[in-house]
Amino acid sequence: MLKLRRTMMYVPGNNPSMVKDAHIFGADTVMFDLEDSVSINEKDAARFLVYNALKRIDYEGAEIAVRINGLDTPFGLQDLEAIVRAKPDIIRLPKTETPQDVIEVEKVIAEIEGKIGIEVGTIKMMAAVESALGILNAREIAAASSRLVGIAIGAEDFVTDMKTTRSLDGVELLAARSQLLFAARAAGIYALDTVFSDVNDEDGFANEVKLIKQLGFDGKSVINPRQIDVVHDIYTPTDKEIEKSIRVITASEEALKKGSGVVSLDGKMIDKPIIERAQRVLTLAAAAGVYAIEGGKEIGY
Amino acid sequence: MAINKIGREIPDYIEGIGELKSYEGPFSVEPAKRRFGRKISTITPKQSKILEDIEQAIIETGLKDGMTISFHHHFREGDYIINMVVDTIAKLGIKNITLAPSSLNSVHAPIIEHIKNGVITKIETSGLRGSLADAISKGILEYPVKIRSHGGRARAIEAGDVKIDVAFLGVPACDEYGNANGHSGKSFCGSLGYAKVDAQYADKVVLITDNLVPYPNVPASIAQTDVDFVVKMDAIGDPKGIVSGATRYTKNPRELLIAKYAATVIKESGYLADGFSMQCGTGGASLAVARSIKQTMIEKDIKASFALGGITGQFVEMLEEGLINKLYDTQCFDLTAAKSIGTNPNHVEIDAGFYANPHNKGCAVNVLDIVILSALEVDTEFNVNVITGSDGVLRGASGGHCDTAAGSKLSIIVAPLIRGRIPTIVENVNTVITPGETIDVVVTDRGIAVNPLRTDLIEKLSKTNLPIFTIEELKEKAEKIAGKPKAIQYGEKIVALVEYRDGTIIDVIKEVK
Repeated sequence: MLKLRRTMMYVPGNNPSMVKDAHIFGADTVMFDLEDSVSINEKDAARFLVYNALKRIDYEGAEIAVRINGLDTPFGLQDLEAIVRAKPDIIRLPKTETPQDVIEVEKVIAEIEGKIGIEVGTIKMMAAVESALGILNAREIAAASSRLVGIAIGAEDFVTDMKTTRSLDGVELLAARSQLLFAARAAGIYALDTVFSDVNDEDGFANEVKLIKQLGFDGKSVINPRQIDVVHDIYTPTDKEIEKSIRVITASEEALKKGSGVVSLDGKMIDKPIIERAQRVLTLAAAAGVYAIEGGKEIGY
Repeated sequence: MAINKIGREIPDYIEGIGELKSYEGPFSVEPAKRRFGRKISTITPKQSKILEDIEQAIIETGLKDGMTISFHHHFREGDYIINMVVDTIAKLGIKNITLAPSSLNSVHAPIIEHIKNGVITKIETSGLRGSLADAISKGILEYPVKIRSHGGRARAIEAGDVKIDVAFLGVPACDEYGNANGHSGKSFCGSLGYAKVDAQYADKVVLITDNLVPYPNVPASIAQTDVDFVVKMDAIGDPKGIVSGATRYTKNPRELLIAKYAATVIKESGYLADGFSMQCGTGGASLAVARSIKQTMIEKDIKASFALGGITGQFVEMLEEGLINKLYDTQCFDLTAAKSIGTNPNHVEIDAGFYANPHNKGCAVNVLDIVILSALEVDTEFNVNVITGSDGVLRGASGGHCDTAAGSKLSIIVAPLIRGRIPTIVENVNTVITPGETIDVVVTDRGIAVNPLRTDLIEKLSKTNLPIFTIEELKEKAEKIAGKPKAIQYGEKIVALVEYRDGTIIDVIKEVK
């Protein structure tokens, strides 16, 4: 089944209360941060806390990512040494500018995987692009490692680099978001959008989520649990979309049974992209609880 | 010593208190007596009820050693009355008084001195907080405090279990002949629901006001026919402590998550139908549940027949928007509610007996559909503690908790699974206020447990996406994260008796070491 990454929730790695409960709010991915949300004198405490949390706490199936400090800082290597041993699903790189940044981190992860006796390649990676150079290199970054499951745009640093500021309509990010999407899709990995910082501006947030969904992003980084349901609601297909997708899938299954290479529905030809879109709609619907997939058989309700 | 229905050891007799009956189930007591009647006293034509001050009132009422005095708690942390009256009683050299207010707050810490000097020797209340509660938990009183629910207190007064010799009732607006309400004046508090019972059953009734208004002050919550004396003072309370500005909707993600689950439980339970009724507290999660239900009511065109209990601005708003037909109000929790009760005829003041006395011919909680309640602890038998903290010290109030749980068709507890580092779901609660057989659903941020007695609800809710677990599973989840706290070290002395609403003893609270 398609893995959903509609929401990736930032959790400061030095906050025990948030670290212990991070998954209960229903984000598809929980990302413990050792980087920008942790002050320099708390770096070791955060690393220690996240390491022990990952070893001890049952996150009940939530995908767990950890954002490490860059290898160009005194903390990056120490973060990897500790965190890889706690086996999160994903290591997220900050401020990625070149494919080399990805390759270097991958090398360290592989070494540690070897040392601790887990299959090399177990731990996936995600790269955040946060500068003009990173955006221009997005295509190469996205293709730099088979471990990469997605790339994300970090807008705050990016707009600073671009000598502008963020606006509600996001015009300053349009080119970068598009470029990032091209890179992700060309490499066959996920594309994740940046955070929306004003937690109290619910309308502004919803508008931005609608925009990035329409652009084609798989999901969005969130900084507060209150933002999760907004994203999930917007990513939840409508009844009409669900109904149509069920019919598409049913028609394609029937065609397969008959051994027919051509699928048609209501007199129109249904090709592979339409079937894929329908599958994605049903997966999103199932995740939102408005549609049930039971034992391979799909039942709408 | 007897073991009651929920397995707690209850003494048969306590010196100075008398014989105790053990709790045997929520509706097991059939009262066999007549309603209490107070002494008749009269006021003749041309006789004034106005007295100089509290001292004169104490003298005129004939208050003596060993008597019982009562107060209401509508002024909450802003109350001046209890401390002023007890100080004056002490000054007059009167001792061995039983203090029987509807509740006590942190502001009543000066009572500690009056316990030490022998003025106050017994206390009967719904709640205790702050340093007075600490002192009582450490055993400062010779006799145990009687903890009663709001309905239980009304029952005890109406049945004569508590005989109030003098009620000293602070009233925000009053005329010279004793018609009083809480609608105006600088100390306005809205409903006087708890004071009404005292005014009707106390032998002597003294009203204390800072706002004397022209006769007749109508509508009167307390009527002239029940009032002996009126004392005018400069100040009877601190408005800042009486009503909070406005109860706000929470932004706490954990409370919002709990509220989301609880609202879904309500929507799926079948009780959210046209004409339903509800009560909820002022906690963040409770109010957020109300907001979510409101949204569903609008979408599905559902109207509530009434909302009950302590009333907040959120319910007033729903009344004004036509989503709720009537408000039954025993106490106003915020400024909006307090302003509304004097102006909106559909916002109705009720007394504590009407609200929750189990031994009248049908109190309001009997016709309540849904109640949202909080908890400090819930155990695997669904028993709930709302009065003693994780250190065993008194820190809360019985309130209407057990009354509404017993009366309602759907009682829902909302609480985080872990508070700080302490699990909320435990093997045995420190103190039982509400018996588990009257609790239907426990909603936490990490899962929901339905009382196995409610097979109908289990069937309905298991069809949803809600994270349903057994209560034992929730306990294990909590312990897996926070560990199992060490048992509290109690001494032998009983510092409080927890009376169930029917007058039986459901639990005892011992001194903390």
